[in-house]
Amino acid sequence: MHPAPSVILFSTLSGLGFGLLFWLGLGYPDVTGWVAFAFFAIAYLLAVGGLLASTFHLGHPERALKAFTQWRSSWLSREGLAAVAALLVMAGFGAGLVFLGEFWTVLGLLGAVLSIATVFTTSMIYGQLKTVPRWNMPLTPVMFVSFSLAGGALLAGQVDWALGLLILAGIVQVAHWVLGDKALAGSGTTLATATGLGDMGTLKAFEPPHTGSNYLLREFAYVVARKHALKLRVISLALMVGVPVLLLMLPFHHFSAFVAVLSHLGGVAASRWLFFAEAEHVVGLYYGKL
Amino acid sequence: MTQLPETTQKKLGLVIDLDTCVGCHACVISCKGWNTENYGAPLSDQDPYGGAGSGTFLNRVHSYEAKPKDGPAQLVHFPKSCLHCEDAPCVTVCPTGASYKRVEDGIVLVNEDNCIGCGLCAWSCPYGAREMDVAEGVMKKCTLCVDRIYNENLPEVDRIPSCVRTCPAGARHFGDLGDPDSDVSKLVAERGGMDLMPEMGTSPVNKYLPPRPKDQMAGKIDLLAPLLTPVAEEATGFMAWLDKTLEKI
Amino acid sequence: MGYQQPNVDTSPKVSDEIRQTTCYMCACRCGINVHMKDGKVAYIEGNRDHPVNKGVLCAKGSAGIMQVNAPSRLKAPLKRVGPRGSGEFEEISWDEALDIATEWLAPIREKNPEKLAFFTGRDQSQSFTSFWAQHFGTPNYAAHGGFCSVNMAAAGIYTMGGAFWEFGQPDWDHTKLFMLFGVAEDHDSNPIKMGLGKIKARGAKVIGVNPIRTGYNAIADEWVGITPGTDGLFILSLIHLLMKAGKIDLDYLARYTNAPVLVNGDETSPEHGLFLRDDDGKPLVVDRKTGKLTAFDKPGVKPDLSATHRAAGITHKPVFHMMAERYLDEQYAPEAVAERCGIPAKQIRAIAGEIARVAFDEAIELDHEWTDFRGEKHKTMTGRPVSFHSMRGVSAHANGFQTARALHVLQIILGTVEVPGGFRFKPPYPKPAEAHPKPHCGVTPGAPLNGPHLGFVHGPDDLMLKEDGSPARIDKAFTWDNPMSSHGLMHMVISNAHAGDPYKIDTLFMYMANMSWNSSMNTKGVMEMLTDKGEDGEYVIPRIIYSDAYSSEMVAYADLILPDTTYLERHDCISLLDRPICEADAAADAIRWPVIEPDRDVRGFQSVLCELGAKLNLPGFVNEDGSQKFADYADYIVNHERRPGVGPLAGFRGDGTEFGRGDVNPEQLDRYIENGGFAVSHIPEGANYYKPWNNAYQDWAVETGLFDSPQPYLFQLYVEPMRKFQLAAEGHGDRQPPDHLREQIKSKMDPLPIWYETDQHGNDGFTVNALTQRPMAMYHSWGTQNAWLRQLHGRNPLYLPTKLMQEHGFEDGDWARVTSPHGEITVPVMEMAALNDNTVWTWNAIGKRKGAWALDTDASEANEGFLLNHLIHELLPAKGDGMRWANSDPVTGQAAWFDLKVKIEKVAAVTESQPAFPAIKSPVATGPKELKWKVGK
Ligand SMILES: Nc1nc2c(c(=O)[nH]1)N[C@H]1C(S)=C(S)[C@@H](COP(=O)(O)OP(=O)(O)OC[C@H]3O[C@@H](n4cnc5c(=O)[nH]c(N)nc54)[C@H](O)[C@@H]3O)O[C@H]1N2
Ligand SMILES: Nc1nc2c(c(=O)[nH]1)N[C@H]1C(S)=C(S)[C@@H](COP(=O)(O)OP(=O)(O)OC[C@H]3O[C@@H](n4cnc5c(=O)[nH]c(N)nc54)[C@H](O)[C@@H]3O)O[C@H]1N2
Ligand code: SF4
Ligand code: SF4
Ligand code: SF4
Ligand code: SF4
Ligand code: SF4
Ligand SMILES: [Mo]
Repeated sequence: MHPAPSVILFSTLSGLGFGLLFWLGLGYPDVTGWVAFAFFAIAYLLAVGGLLASTFHLGHPERALKAFTQWRSSWLSREGLAAVAALLVMAGFGAGLVFLGEFWTVLGLLGAVLSIATVFTTSMIYGQLKTVPRWNMPLTPVMFVSFSLAGGALLAGQVDWALGLLILAGIVQVAHWVLGDKALAGSGTTLATATGLGDMGTLKAFEPPHTGSNYLLREFAYVVARKHALKLRVISLALMVGVPVLLLMLPFHHFSAFVAVLSHLGGVAASRWLFFAEAEHVVGLYYGKL
Repeated sequence: MTQLPETTQKKLGLVIDLDTCVGCHACVISCKGWNTENYGAPLSDQDPYGGAGSGTFLNRVHSYEAKPKDGPAQLVHFPKSCLHCEDAPCVTVCPTGASYKRVEDGIVLVNEDNCIGCGLCAWSCPYGAREMDVAEGVMKKCTLCVDRIYNENLPEVDRIPSCVRTCPAGARHFGDLGDPDSDVSKLVAERGGMDLMPEMGTSPVNKYLPPRPKDQMAGKIDLLAPLLTPVAEEATGFMAWLDKTLEKI
Repeated sequence: MGYQQPNVDTSPKVSDEIRQTTCYMCACRCGINVHMKDGKVAYIEGNRDHPVNKGVLCAKGSAGIMQVNAPSRLKAPLKRVGPRGSGEFEEISWDEALDIATEWLAPIREKNPEKLAFFTGRDQSQSFTSFWAQHFGTPNYAAHGGFCSVNMAAAGIYTMGGAFWEFGQPDWDHTKLFMLFGVAEDHDSNPIKMGLGKIKARGAKVIGVNPIRTGYNAIADEWVGITPGTDGLFILSLIHLLMKAGKIDLDYLARYTNAPVLVNGDETSPEHGLFLRDDDGKPLVVDRKTGKLTAFDKPGVKPDLSATHRAAGITHKPVFHMMAERYLDEQYAPEAVAERCGIPAKQIRAIAGEIARVAFDEAIELDHEWTDFRGEKHKTMTGRPVSFHSMRGVSAHANGFQTARALHVLQIILGTVEVPGGFRFKPPYPKPAEAHPKPHCGVTPGAPLNGPHLGFVHGPDDLMLKEDGSPARIDKAFTWDNPMSSHGLMHMVISNAHAGDPYKIDTLFMYMANMSWNSSMNTKGVMEMLTDKGEDGEYVIPRIIYSDAYSSEMVAYADLILPDTTYLERHDCISLLDRPICEADAAADAIRWPVIEPDRDVRGFQSVLCELGAKLNLPGFVNEDGSQKFADYADYIVNHERRPGVGPLAGFRGDGTEFGRGDVNPEQLDRYIENGGFAVSHIPEGANYYKPWNNAYQDWAVETGLFDSPQPYLFQLYVEPMRKFQLAAEGHGDRQPPDHLREQIKSKMDPLPIWYETDQHGNDGFTVNALTQRPMAMYHSWGTQNAWLRQLHGRNPLYLPTKLMQEHGFEDGDWARVTSPHGEITVPVMEMAALNDNTVWTWNAIGKRKGAWALDTDASEANEGFLLNHLIHELLPAKGDGMRWANSDPVTGQAAWFDLKVKIEKVAAVTESQPAFPAIKSPVATGPKELKWKVGK
């Protein structure tokens, strides 16, 4: 799949943002007033910024409101609703904290659930796609959610949680890669099932239907070199989990915490880039690109 | 809307005969011509006279080589457009309701006025049947020529898809695959019409007729050889045979 | 909540109006419905009523809208201002353009008409352009047939009075076994696809003989991946097997062919090998009933295939004896030919067996009574449902004439020509070679040529030689080099004119032929010849006038450009006098008419010729008072008469009801337009098979104006005129070939089909066959300017068989240097498994010159695309005999495109294919960056 910057940016930032909102909703860190405002501002910048970034890849962003209508079947629609709901609820909750110094537990809990639900719906947009076997597994939502929780904990300054969750996210990520690498083969979808011509013998795509490019090739037939991908995996894991964990084990310092967050962000972005770039869409079979 | 209808009154679709398709691309261009002028926005082309020409098409013809265990390699031309799936994932993923399946005939369409161009439907389609139009920013797909097949401004014989009407080899058939007595259903039954990627669970309406077995003649040599039994071993014998045979005419 | 869906307008207005005319994107000439909105072309579809395409349309036809709106369209007449080849022009007015042309041409006509060489490409108005050339008085006229497929045309007409090409077709409705030799696309492209579709729908069988298994050959039930150039051997092996097994139609051979005709067996006679004839010149046969020598066509005669005639101690044998002696020989046994053909002997036997089975065990009878030319009545028509078709894969080899002849002989011994289920002619065929004109070269300054330029020779006397024996024509057509070159040799014109051999010319006038690019062999050499200057600083070919509609590569090499309209902007006439669009069951012709008006200062070329003809005072183009006779081409189409009552269009003559013969009808074009752009006349039932011998057909043909009297004839298994050339080479007669050609004439002009190796001298070390094929969605170079089509074929790899890929360690996308005895190219490769093991190929004419066709210079066609033509020379490598032999068939002069042999090496990747040429300056602007084509709103 084409690793579109807008989508990578969106899912990285908003995942982190909603992760932070989750922790805030549960009351971690236990802050009020301007400090709370600062935390909420960061969370909203990330979450809303991410959402905005995602509209860049739309052909008609001005019609985005229509995307809320199909929640009965569409994960994208559900994501929109969940995001709006989470943001609204958390806004109320946040207002209580910032302006009234009140901690409305029920609202906070609800906001936390909605926030993490938003991340879940995002992940399901990808996880539901049978056409991308690498994504089409339960581990995809687990990965998105664990990233979000870990990143959120990191941002929320919950060192113990963050340590545990980062390591968990790392394990999930590695598992996702390992299973992902086998997913296409395991899906049973091949050029033979794609064409129904398996009985004729070994199949190979011959001339493409067009020598020029097209939307499908640009969108689905992205290929990364195996070696390149492996290198990136190591870097991404190191940045996302390794560096932050090391830094967290050191005595707490605002600067090192900041570096840990940046490193984590970079790592998640790299992971997301790979999430797309490595994903094989079955349409590639028709073009002989898989 | 983007839920699928429980049932559709008809299952209109195409049956494509892979034993007959010569790969001429007539259907590709006819489709481009009709759909550029008709339903929705024109199918645009970017850099059409330059190095990176690329445009929107609703129908594309691939080709595949098959190497049997023994015997020479074979080549199959393979036209592909939307299969108007019964369980169309492209419809259910659509967040806006722009993608929908029609109750009356099962045609899967995009209502371009509602489309935000998110591309998710194309992601969910296993067949590469949807292409985003770069100029218009909306999703394009085969409409099964919904603006031809009922069009009262066309003579009745022409109320068929543009690609079917133009196919010189007659490799494309159009009809109601929900009606077991329709010509297309009979063809599918007779020739073992198949689904593409059945494991995807999309239940495509369009069917493909597999190529007939090829390169079988040498295997029938025992049946054919007696036909070539010489009438005589030498030229003189041949002349004698000739004379004798001419007597009988 | 219920299921909701938007309302779709399922009955939108389709167009304001439909205008019916004829497609031009290839020579198939399908009928089209042009849907108009606001006076503009909105959508093009096939015309269901049209005899050729019956509603279907190919990719090129459907993309016509992108053709008529292509940015590459020329806009006004152009005068060259920069050096030739630079592409620098200045726009001028039509008056100026015509004045220049007149100024150049008038003096030539007055003094040496032959100094004008007028050659047209895939001209659909040859009967008109040749008429013009004839009245100009130059002998130097031809169209593209000589480099295209003259082998097919000549072999067919000499053998059976009709050919493959688009002049005949299988009986698609009845055939049960169809065998296709060397065809990727053909001129008859939609009908072939429709026919294959019919065969497939019936579950009948197709055998594809082709080194490459794409397109038609991909859907063939049986593939014969033959070694290029060896079809003749394969076919003669089939003939061997069938004759040996007696699986031949003796009755048919006896009645309708010259198999029973007696051949002079007197080795000392100057008539040795010619037919015994009676006093009226009629070939003689032995009548089986009486045992007597009798004229072949005498009522009641039963020609004997077996009886010989003995006189004065000499035995004269019938043709059939000679055939038996030749083809029963073991040299044609499958086992003897298998290796050379690259086909297992078992497969050859199986195919022969299957042919025999279908032809004889599955014979069909149609209940049509008919009477033959001997007056015999037949209750039914017997069909042998095996049919054949072939084109350039056979004809574009230097043994193509003989191979095509072999194929016709195979058809004829099976009795499958003009019978139900077999191969059928389309009117005006059948028409024996004798019924065609002979070529003419009688030049008189200031006066017309003494007759039509092209035709069919019947012996040395008909050659186009000057008194001193030198060639009369610039292309050396109809000379000892290639005596039966019925279509001329367009591919030799530029190189002969450049060499001044046989003489120098003054003006080269060309029409729609991209001679500085894909339609030439030795492309780079041709560019050099066109720009070469003599010692006097003048161009060696002093003047070049060219008519094109688009900014092609050739435009840059002309001095004066006469810009043509597109096909939807002009009148045209697809005439029975020319290349007809008939079907086996009907005579038909068609027109084009301006369904839109040009928005540029361009004119239909034929109309320009009407005006130029008048300015030059050509008889035929001026009235008695010297005024212009035909205002434009439309005027000519309606008012010109070739013979009384016979004009360019057969339909709606006289009062509008007559077909074929009839007075001029001033409203004829309107009637055509009302009728969908065509006219058709069906052959009556009972007249539609056995046409060469069927009285009912012959009478219908006379009525329709195809002939002036019935012309029944015999199929010529043995082509007597060829024997006449051999006799000359053996020393008989006054007209003698030059000594260096004697052996060639003796061996290659065999009156019974032979096969010979075409592996050219100088090919040592070049072992791989290299071919081109036409892509179905592209027409030569024109397709590239089409925004839709060029996305399908924007570049062309060289396809290599798996074996060669592995041998050279290639992977898809690697680059190869491909060398021939003549040149080298560097191109990208791709693997193909369904390909003859020793053959490589690419799509024809995809590669483009930078700057042409209004494309950006980064266009893939001009960077990755390439031409194989750089490797092919019009002359063969020097032999050491002081002569460069033409790369042509020695019988017809057909260009041997497919005899190319190459060597392949892997090289490091390059950024563009080689050779690369500098960009030419475009006389038109480049196209827009985006297309959102919609005419209606
Ligand atoms: N779409 C399209 N249609 C066209 C044209 C076009 O450019 N595009 N051009 C038109 C013109 S001008 C012409 S002349 C016709 C030509 O139409 P075709 O006769 O179909 O010509 P080619 O495409 O050259 O195909 C030649 C075929 O012969 C095969 N071949 C080569 N050598 C041999 C051999 O030795 N034996 C056998 N058995 N096969 C061999 C090649 O593999 C190839 O498939 O097409 C006309 N129609
Ligand atoms: N390697 C290789 N080379 C080949 C062949 C091959 O098989 N292999 N095939 C050969 C054969 S058979 C042929 S026929 C030739 C074909 O070669 P050409 O006849 O040269 O074919 P085109 O490239 O189409 O060029 C025709 C020219 O006509 C112009 N034209 C198009 N429409 C119009 C019009 O309406 N009016 C005017 N005035 N001009 C117009 C086009 O712009 C173009 O410049 O190629 C030959 N070259
Ligand atoms: S038009 Fe018909 S024969 Fe041609 S590619 Fe399409 S389906 Fe195949
Ligand atoms: S083929 Fe693709 S676009 Fe068409 S209905 Fe099926 S899933 Fe949707
Ligand atoms: S691109 Fe348009 S049709 Fe497709 S899912 Fe998005 S909104 Fe729906
Ligand atoms: S049915 Fe219509 S829209 Fe669909 S592929 Fe055919 S021509 Fe195109
Ligand atoms: S075959 Fe195609 S290009 Fe040729 S005349 Fe017919 S529609 Fe036009
Ligand atoms: Mo040609």
